[in-house]
Amino acid sequence: MVRAEVGDRRILSRSAFPELFHALTEAGYQVIGPTVRDGAIVYDRLRSVADLPEGWTDRQGAGQYRLERRNDAALFGYTVGPASWKKFLFPARERLWTATKEEGGFSVRAEPVEGPPLAFFGMRACELAALGVTDRVFQGGPVADPGYSARRARVLRIAVQCGQSGGTCFCVSMGTGPGVRAGADLVLTEILTHGPHRFLLEVASEAGAAVVGRIPSALAAAGAEDTERAEAIVAATAASMGRTMPTEGLPELLRGNLAHPRWEDVARRCLSCTNCTMVCPTCFCSSHEEVPDLDGRTVERWRHWDSCFNLAFTELHGQSVRKSGLSRYRQWLTHKLGTWHEQFGTSGCVGCGRCITWCPVGIDLTAEVAAIRATPGAVTPKAGGKT
Amino acid sequence: MLTDADRPAPTPGHPFAPVPYRVRAVATETPDTTTIVIEPWGTRRIGRTQPGQFVMLYAFGIGESPIGVAGGHPDGQLVHTVRNAGKVTGALGRLTPGDTVGVRGPYGHGWPIGEAKGRDILIVAGGLGLPPLRPLVYELFARRESYGRVEIIYGARTPKDLVYYDEIQTWRRRNDLRLQVTVDAAGREWYGDVGVVTTRIPDARFETGRTTAFLCGPEIMMRMTAQALVARGLAPEAIWVSMERNMKCAVGFCGHCQFGPSFVCRDGPVLRYDRVQHLLSLREV
Repeated sequence: MVRAEVGDRRILSRSAFPELFHALTEAGYQVIGPTVRDGAIVYDRLRSVADLPEGWTDRQGAGQYRLERRNDAALFGYTVGPASWKKFLFPARERLWTATKEEGGFSVRAEPVEGPPLAFFGMRACELAALGVTDRVFQGGPVADPGYSARRARVLRIAVQCGQSGGTCFCVSMGTGPGVRAGADLVLTEILTHGPHRFLLEVASEAGAAVVGRIPSALAAAGAEDTERAEAIVAATAASMGRTMPTEGLPELLRGNLAHPRWEDVARRCLSCTNCTMVCPTCFCSSHEEVPDLDGRTVERWRHWDSCFNLAFTELHGQSVRKSGLSRYRQWLTHKLGTWHEQFGTSGCVGCGRCITWCPVGIDLTAEVAAIRATPGAVTPKAGGKT
Repeated sequence: MLTDADRPAPTPGHPFAPVPYRVRAVATETPDTTTIVIEPWGTRRIGRTQPGQFVMLYAFGIGESPIGVAGGHPDGQLVHTVRNAGKVTGALGRLTPGDTVGVRGPYGHGWPIGEAKGRDILIVAGGLGLPPLRPLVYELFARRESYGRVEIIYGARTPKDLVYYDEIQTWRRRNDLRLQVTVDAAGREWYGDVGVVTTRIPDARFETGRTTAFLCGPEIMMRMTAQALVARGLAPEAIWVSMERNMKCAVGFCGHCQFGPSFVCRDGPVLRYDRVQHLLSLREV
C-alpha cells in the first residue's frame, strides 16, 4: 500500500474508475450510490460501477422531473433525485426497542444497530451540508440518537462536485455548493472535455486516504490544469443555478410576517401531501408507534417518518393545534428557513430544490419567500391576532 | 432558567426505553381525572425531578404520553395526575395498585424557583394546570422564609372539576398563603367565587416590582391571565407559562412539540412569557 496524504490530488481515468469501487468493497464498505429506477435517479446499494446512471441526466422544474439521455457517457451528469442519504442514517421505519411482560413488570431490550460500514458514493455538496445539519439535529444536543449515531459513525463520504445545475437548484444562495468545501472523505470532479473522460480525485480525510492507498497504480499525478479545469466546472455550475433565494435577514423576515397574506395564498395551492418533507434531506420529524404482539406479552416500539403537514401531528386532547393548511405550511417554511437557526445554528435548507421539484402543484419556496419579501409587514386579519 | 448543567440527567441508557415502576396508590380526583402514586419496581429509577418538569408515562402495549410531575419524593415515588383524554391517558387512568407502568425522564426546564428567591410569588392555575404547579407549592412551603408573599389563584370549570380538593382545604388554613379558588360556573351548593381566573387578578395582592408569576393551564387561560397581569403592571419578563404540545420523543428529535423556535420538551415546558408572547397571540402556532 502506498501512503496517500490528506490534500493529495490525483487523476483517476474513466477506465480505472472501477478500481476505486473495488477498493471500497475490499475495505469492507457496502457501497450506496445513484442508480436509475422507476424513471428517477435514486440512491441504493450498488453492485458495481455499471449500476451508476451512465449517460443519463435529469431535467427538473417546479413539479417536474424527467430523465433524459445525454450525448456523452458521464457517470454523474445529473443533480439530485427524490431520494436523499437521510434514509440510510434515519430509516423511514425503525424498531427502537422490544418489551416483554415479566412477573410484576416488563423488561426492555433496546434494538441493536448493526450493519457494515457504508460508503456514500456520489454525495453532492448540498447533501454533505444536509448531513452536517442532521448531525446537529441527532447528535448536537444533550442526548444523541442511538440509531443515527451508530450508523453515522460507519459512513465514508465520497463527494462528486456538480458538473451542472438543475432547474430547481439554489445551493449558491444557501452557501452549500456546488463546490465541496468540507465534510467529505474523498472529493471527485468528473471531467468530460479537454482530454479523455477522467476524474480529479482529492483526498480530504485519513479515511479517504486509506481507501486511495489501496489503488496507487490506478492513479496518475494531477497537474495544475486539471485543478483549474475542475474549478472551472464548479464555477460554471455555480453560474447557472435554476433558482435564487436571498438569505439576508431571512429568519427575521419570517418571524415578522407570521400574519402575512401570502400564507393564505400558498395554503390555497398546498395539498398538505407531505411530499416536500419526505424528499427534504434535513426534515427529521417522526412518530413513535406501539406494535403489540397477538399474545399481548411482547410489544415493539417503532419510529417512522412523520410530517408537520399531517393533521394529527399536533393533536392535543383530541384536537389538532394546526388545523388549517395555512398554519401547517407556515410551520414548515418558518421552521426550515427561520427558527431552525435558533434551534441548530444553521438554516434547515441546503438549496437542493427537491421540495420544489417534487411538489405535485409546483409550490416553490423561493417564490413564496420572494412574495413575502416584496411586501413585508402586510397582515391578513384571518391569520392575525386572537384577541 | 436552569442551564443544562443544573438540570438532573434524564434516565441513563437508551433514551427511549421506559423504566418499569409499580403503582402504589390511586385516587379519583374528578369523574375523568385520576392521581397515581408510583414507585420503582426494580433497581432502576429515573433521576430526581424538579418542579415543573414532566416524564413520559408508558402504558404497556398502548403507548406513551407526556405527563407533568405532580410530586416527587426522595425515595423515588412519583405523583401524577392524569385526565382521560385519549387511548394512553385512558389506560393510565384505569391503573390499580400493583399494576406496572413505564417511566422515562425527567424532561424539560421547570419553574425557575431559585431565580424567584426573595420575591413575592403569584401562582395562577387553570383546571389540570394545578398538578405541575403542586411541587412548586410544596417547595415554597419548605423554604417559606426565602420568599415574600405567596398567593395562589386556582380556577376550574365547575366545583366538581377541582382537583386536590381536600389538600387545598389544608392550604386554606395556612396564614402564610393567600388562596383564591374560583369556578366558571356553579350551582347553589358553591359558596365561593364564580368567574374565570382572570376575574380574580384585580383582587390579587402583589407588588409589581417584586413579583414573579407562574401560570399553568389551557393556553387561552394563560394568555388572558398574562395580559391581565401585564395590564396591572407586571413585567412580561416576570411571568412564566407552562406550554403543552403533542410529544413523541421528549428529547428534541420527533419535532412534534415545536412552538416557534422552542422545543417544548427541551426548552420548555416552562417558558418566559416575553419570549413567547408574540406566538401566544397567533392562531395555530
